[in-house]
Amino acid sequence: MAKAILMQGNYAAAEGAIAAGAKFFAGYPITPSTEVAEVLARRLPQVGGTFIQMEDEIAGMAATIGASIAGTKSLTATSGPGFSLKQELLGYASMAEVPCVIVNVQRTGPSTGQPTSPAQGDVMQTRWGSHGDRGVIALSPSSVTECFTVTVDAFNLAEKYRTPVVVLLDEIVGHMREKFIMPDAESLTIVNRKKPNLPPGEFLPFKPEEDGVPRMPAYGEGYRFHTTGLVHDYTGFPNGSNAMTHEVIERLHTKITRNIDDIVRFEEVQLEDAEIAIVAFGGTARSAYAAVEAARAEGIKAGLFRPITIWPTPDKQLEALAKKVKTIIVAELNYGQYVGEVRRIVCGEANVISLPKWNNDAITPNELLDAIKAAR
Amino acid sequence: MEEILAKYFRPKLPHIWCPGCGNGIVTAAVTKAIDKLQLDIDQTAIVSGIGCSSRASGYLNFDTLHTAHGRAIPFATGIKLVKPNHNVIVLTGDGDATAIGGNHFIHAARRNLDITVVVFNNNIYGMTGGQYSPLTPNKGMATTAPYGNVDRPFDLCELAKGAGATFVARATTFHAALLAEVIAKGISHKGFSLVEAITACPVSFGRQNKMGSPANMIKTQRDNAVMVEAMAKMKPEQYEGKFPIGVLYQAEAPEYVTEYQKVIARAMGRTE
Amino acid sequence: MMKLKTNVKNCKGCGICIELCPKKVLDLDELGKINVAREADCIKCGQCELRCPDYAIFVIRDKK
Repeated sequence: MAKAILMQGNYAAAEGAIAAGAKFFAGYPITPSTEVAEVLARRLPQVGGTFIQMEDEIAGMAATIGASIAGTKSLTATSGPGFSLKQELLGYASMAEVPCVIVNVQRTGPSTGQPTSPAQGDVMQTRWGSHGDRGVIALSPSSVTECFTVTVDAFNLAEKYRTPVVVLLDEIVGHMREKFIMPDAESLTIVNRKKPNLPPGEFLPFKPEEDGVPRMPAYGEGYRFHTTGLVHDYTGFPNGSNAMTHEVIERLHTKITRNIDDIVRFEEVQLEDAEIAIVAFGGTARSAYAAVEAARAEGIKAGLFRPITIWPTPDKQLEALAKKVKTIIVAELNYGQYVGEVRRIVCGEANVISLPKWNNDAITPNELLDAIKAAR
Repeated sequence: MEEILAKYFRPKLPHIWCPGCGNGIVTAAVTKAIDKLQLDIDQTAIVSGIGCSSRASGYLNFDTLHTAHGRAIPFATGIKLVKPNHNVIVLTGDGDATAIGGNHFIHAARRNLDITVVVFNNNIYGMTGGQYSPLTPNKGMATTAPYGNVDRPFDLCELAKGAGATFVARATTFHAALLAEVIAKGISHKGFSLVEAITACPVSFGRQNKMGSPANMIKTQRDNAVMVEAMAKMKPEQYEGKFPIGVLYQAEAPEYVTEYQKVIARAMGRTE
Repeated sequence: MMKLKTNVKNCKGCGICIELCPKKVLDLDELGKINVAREADCIKCGQCELRCPDYAIFVIRDKK
């Protein structure tokens, strides 16, 4: 086993990408994500991969998608303003069903905001930032180790479901340093996109299989296939008929919703007998662990539900939670974004309290403990 | 042309371009260039943006990529970097390449990335019905310039050269054979190659600017284009309304992918 | 002997080949599509095939 080292969250995400088999990064420097780019600038050529700093955020997303269509696992990294710029092409990656990973280390917004302070204000942008309707997968790690493992997971989900996957860090998790032990390569599960099972001429690059996901050829293999952001048929050629449009847009959702049990990841802490549950993710969850412990020490039956998959929402799990607990406190570093989803899912079964914070600081364990006590 | 169609076009014709649109002539020139060079069609990728010209990729029998408006070049950059032995050809329009795509255009040229960019320059945004582009002439009429275009246009070839392109050429749909020839030279050139293909949009540009029939617009190209060697012998007073065609600039410079391959070699040599 | 071959399905009647033909061999039929009116005058210069944007007219070349 490798020895323990002190590792930064962003650094671990970069190493996770390497471990997942990524061989291409195209991006642009932006606080607080720049370390991801800097680490990959050094590490990718060491493993025979390519790093390029493009001229802008949009170019970074474009090159990432282009490289993946050509057949290489690719990623980019950014923060709020860059994430906003990438929205059109995120929709392109969804429509063209291109596996890729986008690391977004969230900071205070809107606009330039506060570049060096943490926030979780891109939750809704991740889901709805691109025009039109599509399904979205986004994961949120809460520790340095998770920055590594969740990034590997993100690549696996991207490859399995032929979709872009967002890894939502925040500046707390991205810049924190913790003990990290590099997993052995053999211990990791690595998923690769399904290759065509028919020869060129017979194979249809956008025909879904049983799981709703088409197999994907690479460039140079003789398939000579067309990829477009226009609504297209199974051959990839533009087809804007009502039937095709309806089918394509629906499948961009169902390939995720039908496979939700495979996609949703979460952690439950002391929820077996809980009466009050905190819902928190990313850096906020670190304060929540401490708050739950402190509450329990005072005899309060508190617990934590930590979504790791932010999108799709863990509906089944939250519905079950709402039947069990009396109160759910949704803590997030924004003006109140995920709480709307929790309210929608819980649908009155439990009392949902919003605990947002938007002044650059993290939510503290004491603030959470106070909220737990106030909810008793 | 029949052999070219059989080998390089998908069975998707007739194409969507208007009667008299020159884009079909430019697209044919691209395929003729590929045929002349006998490129491996499985080692050739064609990338386009959004616009009339960018529809060309769908008709061609290669690994083809129809991207977002203005973004063909960075998509192509990603492809070229992971498939360094591929011939990567970008088909784009004057608006796609120089307006929304302008930043990507100049940086790919600066990097001297080994791709060939064919700009179908019809001096207008055709697909959306005839708005002015950065290559619409001053005083030209357009739906968003109903009083005449106040803008000055780029000289696309000068822009490419200034940004660092190492092969710059221009031809027209009248000079269809020359067009195929310079595209072939651009593909062969190791470095960023820009070919400006002057083409006519009779429906959106020609009609608003009273340029007559599609054939008339082609004749105008014939009357105003001058081979660059001949233009060098002309007096400046004779330049009015004329533009040079042929290979306008060619140079050798370090090419991006080649240089980055050296980085990979160095980086891998260092690790145990 | 046939000198020219047309693909009326692809032709859009743009008139480029007609106006550029040096021998005035071509015109449009009642449906506005390419018609080889005076094939005997054709000198197989290839200007029509070279500049047809729709690949609707071809010069029949002898196979070597």
